[in-house]
Amino acid sequence: MDVHASLRGVTRIYPARAGRPPLHALGPLDLDLRRGEFLSVVGPSGCGKSTLLDVVAGLALPSAGTVTFEGQPVLGRVPEGIGVVFQEDASFPWLTVEDNVAFGLRRAGTDPAEVRRRVDYALGFMGLADFARAYPAQLSGGMRQRVCIARTLVLRPRLILLDEPFGALDQQTRLLMGDELLRLWRETGATVMLITHALDEANLLSDRIGVMSARPGVWIETVQTGWPRDRDSTLAARPNFGAVSARLWASIRGESIKALGQAREGAGR
Amino acid sequence: MADGASALAAAERQDRLEAWGGVALTVLSLAALWQGLHYLAGDSAIASLPATLRETWHLLSGPRYWPHFRETMSAFLWALLIAVTGGVGIGVALGGHRLSGEVAEPVLVALYSIPKVTLYPVVLLFFGIGLNAKIAFGALHGVIPVAIFAMNAVRNVNPTWLRTAATMNLGPLQTARHILVPATIPEIFSGLRIGLSLTLLGVMIGELFASQRGIGHLLMTSIEVHDVRRIMAVVLIVSVLAVTLNALMLAIDRRLHRRV
Amino acid sequence: MTKAAWIRLALLAAAIGGLEGACRAGWLPRTAIIPPTEMAAGGWRAVASGELNEDMAQTFSVVAIAIMVSLAGGFLVGFAIHGRPRLRRALDPFLGAYYAIPHFAFYPLLIVLFGLGPGPLIALAVMFGVVAMIVATMNGLDRVPRVLGKTAQVMRLTGTDELWRVRLPAALPHLFAGVKLAIAYSFIGVIAGEFILSTKGIGHAIAFAYDNFDARSMYGLILFVLLLVASVNLTLHTVEQRLIQRRSR
Repeated sequence: MDVHASLRGVTRIYPARAGRPPLHALGPLDLDLRRGEFLSVVGPSGCGKSTLLDVVAGLALPSAGTVTFEGQPVLGRVPEGIGVVFQEDASFPWLTVEDNVAFGLRRAGTDPAEVRRRVDYALGFMGLADFARAYPAQLSGGMRQRVCIARTLVLRPRLILLDEPFGALDQQTRLLMGDELLRLWRETGATVMLITHALDEANLLSDRIGVMSARPGVWIETVQTGWPRDRDSTLAARPNFGAVSARLWASIRGESIKALGQAREGAGR
Repeated sequence: MADGASALAAAERQDRLEAWGGVALTVLSLAALWQGLHYLAGDSAIASLPATLRETWHLLSGPRYWPHFRETMSAFLWALLIAVTGGVGIGVALGGHRLSGEVAEPVLVALYSIPKVTLYPVVLLFFGIGLNAKIAFGALHGVIPVAIFAMNAVRNVNPTWLRTAATMNLGPLQTARHILVPATIPEIFSGLRIGLSLTLLGVMIGELFASQRGIGHLLMTSIEVHDVRRIMAVVLIVSVLAVTLNALMLAIDRRLHRRV
Repeated sequence: MTKAAWIRLALLAAAIGGLEGACRAGWLPRTAIIPPTEMAAGGWRAVASGELNEDMAQTFSVVAIAIMVSLAGGFLVGFAIHGRPRLRRALDPFLGAYYAIPHFAFYPLLIVLFGLGPGPLIALAVMFGVVAMIVATMNGLDRVPRVLGKTAQVMRLTGTDELWRVRLPAALPHLFAGVKLAIAYSFIGVIAGEFILSTKGIGHAIAFAYDNFDARSMYGLILFVLLLVASVNLTLHTVEQRLIQRRSR
């Protein structure tokens, strides 16, 4: 097995702050991300899914345990080769679509001709070519999220982390964006880790699904979907699709009830 | 969950302790800055802290200067009353009526930003020298921020709450009492906090000219005879008053906003 | 122009016309107020005569310097405090009460520190303007979505790059509130300072006219100052609205 990134005994405890006691958000948990796989993480709200992503990306340090990416420890900085797409709209409203997409390349000092080439490719790939000179405010939520994906894509990340990237979109747009994500995954050969609360979405997109408990989040089980690499949203029509979703719900339902009763203490941390 | 509750109480205690520590540290730094400036600039520019404290005590301990403070306080309270009732009235009216608000907002913002001290001669010509001019000048400073905040508070009331009130068949008075007032109070209070500081400043600027009494007058005569110690003592008294009032209002402000 | 703007213009014209009429009819005491046309004439005469050229040059150069120092200093200090929540919490009650402190009382100190001439006036205006910018910068940075900061981290930007390329542009529309206030306060600080303490400048000219019962010059100059500040503000307001519109979603 070719391990791309791995977590060992990762725990995250938020220290006491501004009138709140410390909060045990996550772990301890282990994870081996295989090179080129599509892994989804599902769990009840507030279980520490986003915290997990922050730790893998190097956006947050674990309170205990270690994270490695391509054999190197991740120590509180985002390593080269990791791209992240967030749930919130992270497009820069003061830049046009093409300047948004080119942003990371220009900051990294890439040769202008190469920037042009890669940006044009990414705009075409994400269906944004006609909107190159528009500002994000002129686009719909789905198109803005495409801008963010294109901005990540041009940097050619080997590991793409997505934190509920379609959470703010309507169901039909979500399905279409999921298809595009699968296409991107196939063409780039990158490893993908997707955080989501939508069980069907995880089922549809993933090779493997990790199911997390209510806070503090630990693994309950890992489900192999067994879908072919060449797949899209029509997969939902398969007879055993429902069985996988049902199995996910069976293992997560009790945890969701537990999470419902937990205070929103993790919010805003 | 006894453990959780006691942990929360402990965290809150710790938090309060930190807040007071921060304030104490700020006061100490300001005192150090003051003394540093004293050593740098000398007695003729800024009196030392102990000398200023002695002078402050001298001003406050005997009844000789009390009329000045009483005069300023009564002018301040009257001005505040006018600024608050006028500001809230104007703000609520403008916030409730969309077009009026659109018409008036740029005017309010422009009035807020003009150097009002230049209007002082006009105020004097209308109200004459004395208490009324100070009150008018203080109210002039305070009324606009209160009006702007009140207007925005009314505008920003969540329309869903009003629709909820309608589904419960609440009358206009009940809607005002149970929806509008609790929804707008925190924001209006923020306006009051800013209006209060500006009203105090307005009253004191009013007292600088052509006034025979009040803290501002005391300050102006001290500046004229270059009594640095007294200047600093008056500034200290005013600053402590302003910071205390503001800290009090800020604490209430935070409590009000926590619920929303 | 929108409907509201037309109504505003009409009301303004009616107010000026009404004042003109009331003054001409003798309903308002001539010792207190003069008709707006005479104010405008008085202001035009005072400005066009050239007698005030030196005063105006002094006032405007002092205001310009004070504005630049307030904006740059306020942004940097606000940014520094914003990154230190504890410091910010400790400073909050002081920042809120700041504008109630009679700053001109520090004028003697400022003269010793900065010498005679425009130095103390600049310092006075900066004391007045900078805090508005500090507070607005912190509030503006509060409103920068956290996800943009995270994005900058993912792009592995350095501290200064993050500030200039992400945080500053993201906060810019919100900073405008502070820019407007800092400019207005710099004007207020300089003119109030001149009014009370100086022997030069437009503020002094107004006080001088008042002392000499020269109502035409006084009202004329007041009108001039108010129009100037209001038009600067209006220009900034227009730019701000355009910025916000481009970004509103």
